[in-house]
Amino acid sequence: MDFTLSKEHEMARLLFREFAINEVKPLAAEIDENERFPVETVEKMRQTGMMGIPVPREFGGQGCDTMTYILAVEELSRVCGTTGVILSAHTSLAIDPLMQYGTPEQKEKFLRPLATGEKLGAFGLTEPNAGTDAAGQQTRAELDGDTYILNGSKIFITNGKEADIYIIFAMTDKSKGTRGISAFIVEKGTPGFTFGTKEKKMGIRGSSTYELIFTDCRIPAANMLGREGRGFGVAMGTLDGGRIGIGAQALGLAAGALDTTIAYVKERKQFGRPIAKFQNTQFQLADMATRVEAARLLVYKAAHLKDAGKKYSMEAAMAKLFASETAMEVTTKAVQLHGGYGYTREYDVERMMRDAKITEIYEGTSEVQRMVISANIL
Amino acid sequence: MKIIVCIKQVPDTHEVKLDPVTGTLIREGVPSIMNPDDKAGLEAALRIKDSLGAEVTVITMGPLQADVMLREAMAMGADRAILISDRAFGGADTWATSLTLASGIRRLSYDLIITGRQAIDGDTAQVGPQIAEHLGIPNVSYAESLQVEDGHVIVKRQYEDRYQLVKAKMPCLITALSELNKPRYMTPGGIFAAYREKEVQLWTVDDVEVDREQIGLKGSPTRVLESFPKSIKPEGTKIIPDTEEEAAQYILDRLKEKFVF
Ligand SMILES: Cc1cc2nc3c(=O)[nH]c(=O)nc-3n(C[C@H](O)[C@H](O)[C@H](O)COP(=O)(O)OP(=O)(O)OC[C@H]3O[C@@H](n4cnc5c(N)ncnc54)[C@H](O)[C@@H]3O)c2cc1C
Repeated sequence: MDFTLSKEHEMARLLFREFAINEVKPLAAEIDENERFPVETVEKMRQTGMMGIPVPREFGGQGCDTMTYILAVEELSRVCGTTGVILSAHTSLAIDPLMQYGTPEQKEKFLRPLATGEKLGAFGLTEPNAGTDAAGQQTRAELDGDTYILNGSKIFITNGKEADIYIIFAMTDKSKGTRGISAFIVEKGTPGFTFGTKEKKMGIRGSSTYELIFTDCRIPAANMLGREGRGFGVAMGTLDGGRIGIGAQALGLAAGALDTTIAYVKERKQFGRPIAKFQNTQFQLADMATRVEAARLLVYKAAHLKDAGKKYSMEAAMAKLFASETAMEVTTKAVQLHGGYGYTREYDVERMMRDAKITEIYEGTSEVQRMVISANIL
Repeated sequence: MKIIVCIKQVPDTHEVKLDPVTGTLIREGVPSIMNPDDKAGLEAALRIKDSLGAEVTVITMGPLQADVMLREAMAMGADRAILISDRAFGGADTWATSLTLASGIRRLSYDLIITGRQAIDGDTAQVGPQIAEHLGIPNVSYAESLQVEDGHVIVKRQYEDRYQLVKAKMPCLITALSELNKPRYMTPGGIFAAYREKEVQLWTVDDVEVDREQIGLKGSPTRVLESFPKSIKPEGTKIIPDTEEEAAQYILDRLKEKFVF
């Protein structure tokens, strides 16, 4: 057993870290404050080949793997949770299902522009009445000749208004329950596809979270992703991979808060010495660092299993559960160690703590991860 | 067209310190990077490749650890990488280094050679021009912009207060300033290709034709008497006198103050 990253993964990490520090960190506070989607960062990620990391080169991607992509999300999130989730939703939730379930024609038409970064992807499963219970889909898709007519709405969709290609779930046969759900590829600009409200959020405020509305929206039957009635499987399979991405986002947030706090406690003096000299500070940091390392091992292991073509559903759930709870705990402690300063927007840990919370909620709440894990072991 | 870029792995001087006693660089634990001027030179070569098509070869003389820097160069887009490495080359000064690099370069064909102006761990700015001398080709130093036009390069050559526009026939060598451009990032796919599909060619002392008396420490005439950190020059005072007489008087007074007169 070898816990070291390969040389190419090490070099990729250096690239992502340099990119994150030079291009992403300087914007992190501003995009949070103004709830602004960082279009310029996405353009730079496109130029740097970061929008199609695990996609084979024949489809315009970089020909790398899940591990490389995970390192990118981790390093971006270390300085900016928003940028981390933009890449994660695009790659895990739009690119990945197209790679797994797309026909050769769909790959050529939709996967390629996503992989080159010419277009941005999003994933719409959640509805007002279908959250944790994703099977309760109310959006309908009715076949009419060679088109499906979509009606319904999706909420909380990441990359919402900025995306170009959406993976959308809808009921094609209500009588069949989960076996009646199908997945579709929907392009922005399709008549009948509009945007509703933008969410005002606690964290990841630069990400574009929107409601999607479909009113007699006609999409070609050729845009069905996977077979009819198999959409629920597409959604669950996609979320398995997505959880590794969110695990990496959470890991990055925790690691970033730890970095920042280590630097801070050496500078801040009380009682005539740096607060790093107090044993409580040292023990808190020791616990934080240990949890971050454990989260890292779980996330990397899940990524490794996915790359090896092995089953990884439970490991992805464990990675996401542990990493997101680590992010919440570590960022909270980071604020505590910063004292009053940590509670202000002058310091990054304030934003990091707000950003961390969502990792316990989306792509399956922590409760859902516990359900997945227990279902695997019972 | 064929371009050779000479690059050097250097300690990141943002993080480097001088040993206060011996005056030498403390290299331990300091991350290594591609010398910034060299990276700008590589970027210039890659831009020529992007716009006109070119084969870009990077070459370095250094320890085996320089492999990682050469992979980085290939991950940015260089086509080939050559590492000249042998214990016999150790301890080389600029003379021995340029001689060794020139003998390596003689094995290759080229239209253009680009080096950085100077390495941040030595600051001599000698190796580039010396390579040109060894090879007997023209050298244009301090390039802050560079264009290629039917067999020629047009270089904007930087001086402190002005520039020169030089047109030189290829083959020639230019030395690049980091102001030349903002180097691109590697790409993830480029990194994978650099490790999985490309090779770093290793040349030892037996692979280059060079006088063995003139390489390594033995072939290095330079003796370093002392190293010291750069002291920062104060900004100086600016005054705007009304008349020329007043200006002259002011300068005279200052010179008298400093006992020059
Ligand atoms: C910022 C943001 C971005 C998002 N991005 C996307 C996106 O891109 N695409 C998308 O499709 N969705 C997205 N979502 C939706 C997200 O995945 C859901 O919010 C999440 O799955 C929870 O669903 P819910 O909000 O309806 O909560 P509910 O399902 O109402 O859950 C409320 C609480 O009840 C608990 N609970 C529910 N059922 C059970 C049970 N059986 N046993 C125990 N506890 C239970 C939950 O764990 C939770 O604590 C996003 C959400 C947010 C806030």
